[in-house]
Amino acid sequence: MTGRWGQRASALGLLAGPVLFLALFFAWPVANIVGEGLRGDRGWDLQGFGDVIGDPHLRAVAWFTLWQAAASTTLTLALALPAAHVLARYEFRGRRAVQALVTVPFVLPTVVVGSAFVALLGPRGPLGIDLDGTVWAILIAHAFFNHAVVVRTVGGLWELIDPATEEAARVLGASPWQAARRVTLPALRPAIASAALITFLFTFTSFGVVRLLGGPTHATLEVEIYRQTADLLDLPVASVLALLQLAAVGALLVAQEKVARRWAGTAFPLRPADRRRSRTGRERAWVGANLTAMAILLVVPLVVLVERSFRMGEGYGLASWRALGDRTRGTGLSAPALEAVGNSLRFAVVATLVAVVLGGLAAAALARSTGPVGRVLDVVLLLPLGTSAVTVGFGFIIALDEPVDLRANPWLVPLAQAVVALPFVVRTMTPVLRSIDGRLREAAAVLGASPRRVWREIDLPLVLRSGLVAAGFAFAISLGEFGATRVIARADAPTVPVVIDRLLGRPGVLNVGQAFALSSILMVATAAAVLLVDRARTATDRRSTGGWP
Amino acid sequence: MTPRVELEAVSVRYDELLAVDGIDLEVQPGEVVAVVGPSGCGKSTLLRAVAGLVPLSAGRVCLDGVDQEGIAVHRRGVGLMFQDQALFPHRDVAGNVGFGLRMQGRAASEIARAVTELLDLVGLPGAQRRSVAELSGGEQQRVALARSLAPSPRLLLLDEPLGALDRTLRERLVADLRGLFGDLGLTVVAVTHDQEDAFALADRVAAMDGGRLLQIETPAALWDRPASARVAELLGQPNVIEAEVRGGTAATPWGALTVGGPDGPATLLVRPAAVRLDPRGPLAGTVRTARFRGQHTTLHVELTAGPPLQADVPSSSAPAPGSAVRLRIEPSTAARLG
Repeated sequence: MTGRWGQRASALGLLAGPVLFLALFFAWPVANIVGEGLRGDRGWDLQGFGDVIGDPHLRAVAWFTLWQAAASTTLTLALALPAAHVLARYEFRGRRAVQALVTVPFVLPTVVVGSAFVALLGPRGPLGIDLDGTVWAILIAHAFFNHAVVVRTVGGLWELIDPATEEAARVLGASPWQAARRVTLPALRPAIASAALITFLFTFTSFGVVRLLGGPTHATLEVEIYRQTADLLDLPVASVLALLQLAAVGALLVAQEKVARRWAGTAFPLRPADRRRSRTGRERAWVGANLTAMAILLVVPLVVLVERSFRMGEGYGLASWRALGDRTRGTGLSAPALEAVGNSLRFAVVATLVAVVLGGLAAAALARSTGPVGRVLDVVLLLPLGTSAVTVGFGFIIALDEPVDLRANPWLVPLAQAVVALPFVVRTMTPVLRSIDGRLREAAAVLGASPRRVWREIDLPLVLRSGLVAAGFAFAISLGEFGATRVIARADAPTVPVVIDRLLGRPGVLNVGQAFALSSILMVATAAAVLLVDRARTATDRRSTGGWP
Repeated sequence: MTPRVELEAVSVRYDELLAVDGIDLEVQPGEVVAVVGPSGCGKSTLLRAVAGLVPLSAGRVCLDGVDQEGIAVHRRGVGLMFQDQALFPHRDVAGNVGFGLRMQGRAASEIARAVTELLDLVGLPGAQRRSVAELSGGEQQRVALARSLAPSPRLLLLDEPLGALDRTLRERLVADLRGLFGDLGLTVVAVTHDQEDAFALADRVAAMDGGRLLQIETPAALWDRPASARVAELLGQPNVIEAEVRGGTAATPWGALTVGGPDGPATLLVRPAAVRLDPRGPLAGTVRTARFRGQHTTLHVELTAGPPLQADVPSSSAPAPGSAVRLRIEPSTAARLG
């Protein structure tokens, strides 16, 4: 009995740090937003909600947020489901490389995605069409960004579904179309539902993409919250919007949880199926068409981004890159753009340290607690994931003024980034720590390892490696974090995404060129961080986290 | 000779549950003992108690005559192969196999040589650098075996060594294991739920149920003379019946059977091979299933009166399912259990 109490006590001890951190930098700011939104001149009331719902502009924003998310999700599914089929079922040269490449867009910062599509679809794009500021640019960029979510979630299940089930249907007299519709599709439904919900969630709360590509006329709730806070200084309205969005996101997360649970109960026979080469001309055309589509959607925008950063009028040059080191007028920047790289790196290192240490402690506690307590903890620690980043930053602004005014402190930025990165760290480390089951320790002990040796040989290496992977993700997330950082970063210490946003908001070829150059740097840095740590993961780690993140 | 393993009234209690209930067992050096029982009968707990992974609530475990009370797991010098291997995911095959030798502080070159020999021994030559996650189920089992053999344990404990392997793989591994035990002169205690594996592996087989050892015998003796109906059932033997014996004859629903021994209640076992098809036989019934086994076919016959009988008949004369048949039991073939 003492053992169980001891275990519970040690889990609580591990949780003290993360819980205190989340209480101070997540719960307290969010509570302040609730207070701000629900408190009128004469105590608590719903006056703020009435005002917001009565405002036709804000109603339009809410409607746009909803329908563009639905349209983005539909477009993403339409492009990514065929891709998932090709990657799950067919073998072709370079398949592994394609599979690795397909995930890159998802880890890219939203500002990089935004700039890439400004470069591709903007007024000076290579196609000669200007979709900048239209909803099409937003939808296509969202499809680019969330393609990987669908391919990995649906494709991951698809490759486990034995093709023999479909063949069995064919033998029983089903046409290829009937077999797909009656056998494969029902089996894939939970994965498709889950991927669609995640995509909807991401596009519903989209900030960077919409801000960079939407022009002055298109705004999601998230963009509007930012505008009300930073431009109009109307905190009560921003609070009400944040609360409405929190409620919507909460509902989506509950739906996602339900789908995931139903998925866990799937009775379909799952085993890794063999991929095969395309045989008929029709199959070859299908594979080829999809690979081409993937190249156009996923590779071309990034290539064009880099290409446009060197573009000078009709030729090419290094002027945009050189300008990064200069103090340019008209950008509203008090320092050369390149200084933002230093800021970003410093902040990201601090944010990564905070997130990995606290997230590691939380993961260790989660791995020890099973049963209802563990499940509640799991949800609590994932909450920041469902809260939009702008909301977190906005909460910092209204909450952290008393008793000590922290709002001018530049170190708030990494703290906010750590709040955003923490759930990813917990999600990455918990399954690995859980997988260090008692039997591995017992096996080591039976083989002659003393208790201390067991810790050194078994626990430590596994913890370190999962910590390294989590650190890579946290670093990439912090480097690219835009929503919270945009709200709280000080003018004299901006990060790279903030500078990109500012540069794109100013007229002038050189400003836009600099934005593209900075975006290229950010793209390479995040992709490198993620690909590097991905190599450190073993096949076992990947299996235990379900291949995701 | 001092027994290698001596269990005296060993009990293990988990909260309310008495998982192992007063077990006595002796295993001689070089002997292979298999414990067979259904899942949850406490056989895995018994192994863990010997290894020192769970504390005893009563009794003693002695290895080579030395009471192991207070001796930590890593100092007992036993090897344990886990049910689902528990291979270290962060080490390759060589890192797993050589782990125990590294714990003994052996030189790297010596470990490398030993790993090479062991991988040859278990039939995985050259697998040193492979990741354990890439191995098939059978290969993982072989790596786990090599890992537990590496530190030359004085006692090897195997928990479901053939785990979830398919039939052909099992049969091959059973033969390999049996050969290995003999060649290396190993002392082994294995637990399994499969009586065929137990018979094929062991010098002596122990039937276990509800935390107790019911009977321990050589495979042949155990098969011929199960001590109780429960043991017969654990061994998968059909045609067990309770009856009253009077003057060497038992009156059963299957007719009067000749058995020896004193008067009184008894449990009787009729071997399927002793049940014959005979058009003039006293027992009438219908064949429910017929399972072809090569030379003979096993029939499940539902009788018009009495519990169903299982019969092994020559395949050449086996009736089809649904046929009406008559049966007789060869005289003096019923075994009295216990």
